[in-house]
Amino acid sequence: MLTLTLNEIPSVPLEAEVLSPDILAPLTIEAIRALPVHLGKRERRLDDFFTVDGEPGDEIELRGDLARVKWIGRAMTHGTLRIRGNAGMHLASAMQGGTVDVFGNAGDWLGAEMSGGVVHVRGDAGGQVGAAYRGAPTGMRDGLIVIDGGAGLEVGMRMQRGTIVVGGPVRDFAGLQMKGGTIVLGQGAELRTGAWMNRGTIISLQPIPLLPTFSYAATYNPTFLRLYARRLATFGCTLPYDERHGSYQRYTGDAAVPGRGEILVWRANR
Amino acid sequence: MLRITGGTVYDPANGVDGAVHDLYIADGRIVEASAMAEGARTIDATGMIVMPGGVDVHTHVAGGALNFARGLVPENQRAARKFLHHGDRRAGLGGMTPTTFATGYLYAGMGWTTVNEAAVPVLSARHTHEELHDIPLVDKTSLVLMANNEFVLDLLEAGEVERARHVVSWLVWAAKAYGIKAVNPGGVEAWKWGKNANTLHAPIEGYKTVTPAMIIEGLATIADDLHLPHPVHLHCNNLGVPGNFATTIETMNVLQGHRAHLAHLQFHAYGGDDWTTMRSESARVADAFAANPNLTADAGAVLFGDAVTITADGPWQHLLYQLTGRKWGNLDVENETGCGIVPYVYRDRNLVNAVQWAVGLELLLLIDDPWRIFLTTDHPNGGCFWRYPEIIHMLMNAEFRREQVQQLPEKARQRILLADLNREYTLAEVAIITSAGPARSLGLTRKGHLGVGADADVTIYPTRPDHGFLFSYPRYVIKGGAIVVEEGDVREVVDGKEFIVRPACDETIEDYIRPLFEKVYTMSFANYPVEIERLRNPEVVTPDAQ
Repeated sequence: MLTLTLNEIPSVPLEAEVLSPDILAPLTIEAIRALPVHLGKRERRLDDFFTVDGEPGDEIELRGDLARVKWIGRAMTHGTLRIRGNAGMHLASAMQGGTVDVFGNAGDWLGAEMSGGVVHVRGDAGGQVGAAYRGAPTGMRDGLIVIDGGAGLEVGMRMQRGTIVVGGPVRDFAGLQMKGGTIVLGQGAELRTGAWMNRGTIISLQPIPLLPTFSYAATYNPTFLRLYARRLATFGCTLPYDERHGSYQRYTGDAAVPGRGEILVWRANR
Repeated sequence: MLRITGGTVYDPANGVDGAVHDLYIADGRIVEASAMAEGARTIDATGMIVMPGGVDVHTHVAGGALNFARGLVPENQRAARKFLHHGDRRAGLGGMTPTTFATGYLYAGMGWTTVNEAAVPVLSARHTHEELHDIPLVDKTSLVLMANNEFVLDLLEAGEVERARHVVSWLVWAAKAYGIKAVNPGGVEAWKWGKNANTLHAPIEGYKTVTPAMIIEGLATIADDLHLPHPVHLHCNNLGVPGNFATTIETMNVLQGHRAHLAHLQFHAYGGDDWTTMRSESARVADAFAANPNLTADAGAVLFGDAVTITADGPWQHLLYQLTGRKWGNLDVENETGCGIVPYVYRDRNLVNAVQWAVGLELLLLIDDPWRIFLTTDHPNGGCFWRYPEIIHMLMNAEFRREQVQQLPEKARQRILLADLNREYTLAEVAIITSAGPARSLGLTRKGHLGVGADADVTIYPTRPDHGFLFSYPRYVIKGGAIVVEEGDVREVVDGKEFIVRPACDETIEDYIRPLFEKVYTMSFANYPVEIERLRNPEVVTPDAQ
């Protein structure tokens, strides 16, 4: 296992897209230490900021408060990246495969435009989780993002496939312009959930305010949720599906687009 | 001072077709050998091709619309080629809508040294000139939008052609422009009512008598009467619409007896009744064009791949948005014009796009006189200017063209002529459509040739077996006598000039314009005309003196 320990929190954000198994695994410790990172506009060496130890390989552990370190795990295709601390913006952006485990919080644009792999954040995440970058037509294309805590604005904006699970509270515009995929909201979300959504599924385990352009369709217990529940259980998430415990109210929209997306709101039996 | 020795020179304006002779440069101009002093630097161009620097007669590289487009497509900027700050070179981005400094590096890097920004509203002229100043290494001209200006249209309605001429003249100078642009005459004005102007002889929305034909003829007459070096630069009605070749030919009839330049002719040469029956009518358009020697045109060719469409033609852009369903930007430019932005991808599997691709090349091949048809892509509408070498390669190689045609769907191949055209451009003809011809059409007497007295804008290309692509990488580019590009790298950054025209104008016309302006515009009149001091490197052309 390769470990990189942050010596001190950088004064301005550090752009370190080299912190990925794809780049680090084939290199020697010496070569890793000399990798370029950007502090503001200045190019610096990785070991100006990190103490590098251990055996280079597909398993990498980052230690320290990396909240100001951006682009960790960018476009990674395989391997494991474990972060013992917080991570900065754009973590796992454009990720294609492998696993990212964060034992802390993550910043904005977590897993933005990712197309595969699994990201698990034990704390909170920022906004634009799994989203499309500004102007781009498509966000997350596949993969799984699990956030135990809450998340910010525009979660899953323009996502096309894949799954985002947020255990805690989520702010406005979850599933904005969603084109497919699934978002699970453990504690609901604030305003305009599913605005402009075309397709895809938003599942809320708590009642949420709905836009007037979503219309009630049915109350039921979709079969596919059993599969989702089983998969998510391995990440410690509980997704209710059993009709003995309750059922889902299905709303379709957003009629303003017009779209054929769905919002499923769990209602427990009394 | 500079000597270029041993190069094979293509200077069609002076009848030089591949002759080996030396060029001498002093004080930014081409001079006689006798004017040279000892000790000048010598470039040995033996075995290389020497041409006058390229002139782009129709491009969109600065101004409000382009900036709007830049903002609308951040995803393109992300994928664009990066230019890093280096020496006196500024940082920037290439891509579909390059940033200002990068625009200069890209044009000069390809051997082009003069560009014509083809659509400037008076209202955003000040901003446009600021951006043009930040495009280094090339000289610039700009055209001011006039065919939907309500002051002009109102005067045409009232039959006051004489006063309209003075207003146009005043507006050209107010915008510090070089000539007059007409976009979808009457159509953009009608767009403010949610309409378009589809026929040339019907009155446009909001007017009783003014028709597109009247605007076209009126502006052509005014441009002639003002002796503008470049005639009215016309984007015809019904751009992009199947069956629009009839409108284009009718426009040529309206223009009889006048000089005019027809912009991006490719977008105006379609047959068929709708998108499913669209076909090439390049042959009929080329025939009609040949019969009207008063006209010049540029190709507006389309290349497959990403593009961003930017035009003052608001109603067309709304239609294109409805077809693509992606993004759409629309601007209303007060009483002058409109503007629409739609990002677009030209796909070779798409019937309509395949026909468009073929029509651009067909027009360049069917119009025999290279002095009248010029190479453009209507950048960035049909493709980026930095892809010109791809078009040149196709023009020079019929076999390569036919291979490309084979890639198209069968349905598209039945609707185009391209596979049957055997013409291959010579290097002299390439020099005409990229430099000598557009310079002559623009009336830039010191551009597009290498005779004594010409500006020393010279491009030297190494010969290559795949000869069309040699235009991608000049060995040297000389701008105003300075070697600015060497071996594909920008070596020295010099500022370009801006050519502007001051047509004759009755100064009292301002007394007529001011109260009208103060009544309907949102800005103060004093801020409207661009002060000459705003331009950092102007060269004023006075038409009557010519």
